[in-house]
Amino acid sequence: MKRTFSRQQKTTIVFGILSIAVMLVILQLWLLTATMNAYLAHQERVIIPAAIASILCFALNLGLLSYIYRMERR
Amino acid sequence: MKSPDQLSVPPDGRPYHDQPQWRNDFPIDWPQDEFVARRDFTKFLVLTSFAFVVGQLWITVQNFFRKRKGALPIVRITRADAIPVGGSLVFAYPAAHDTCIVVRTGAQQYFAYDQKCTHLSCAVVPDLAHGRFHCPCHNGSFDLRTGIPTAGPPRRPLERILLEIRDGDLYAIGREVRA
Repeated sequence: MKRTFSRQQKTTIVFGILSIAVMLVILQLWLLTATMNAYLAHQERVIIPAAIASILCFALNLGLLSYIYRMERR
Repeated sequence: MKSPDQLSVPPDGRPYHDQPQWRNDFPIDWPQDEFVARRDFTKFLVLTSFAFVVGQLWITVQNFFRKRKGALPIVRITRADAIPVGGSLVFAYPAAHDTCIVVRTGAQQYFAYDQKCTHLSCAVVPDLAHGRFHCPCHNGSFDLRTGIPTAGPPRRPLERILLEIRDGDLYAIGREVRA
């Protein structure tokens, strides 16, 4: 059974999700700068793992956003 | 029945889920406005997250094409004795826009590096009196003999150009990138 939330609960949830999204985006920013530095120094082995990690962060962010919209429709 | 969360009633009296999208996206009630603002900021962050993924993939593709280029050509720079001891010469290697600089410090001592500073790509200039290359943009310094950064914001050494003297001519035979 799907739970329905009050507006106050929804706002609290969206705040929590927003905090996680901010942390993930900061992590991606760090990944991008570190990868660019590695690319310019020809340290190629970190490039693909960093790209995979960034894609995972994006997928998580996308999942969290879709949860907000699903929660809103209830 | 009116929801306890609902503070205002739309003009047509119908519940919010029957209202047009714009009325939900531009709410009158403060709590709902707060929710929509946070939701839309999260949406913006997800877009930023996507932009970072695009950046990562761009680096991956660039790296793929860089690996496929293979060995660099051997290019004649000038006559070895055309550069006086203590003098320098700017040349292009391997492509016309890749400016490099060679410095002669002794009878048979030549040091060549990519001229781009590893901080923000300003052109470095030789400063033989202090045994360094100097970047005037942010006061960066690199050791003349090794290309290793000695002062300022640069953290990576200059790319070294490998040199060879053949029949009195100075040749660039490759680039050495160091972490």
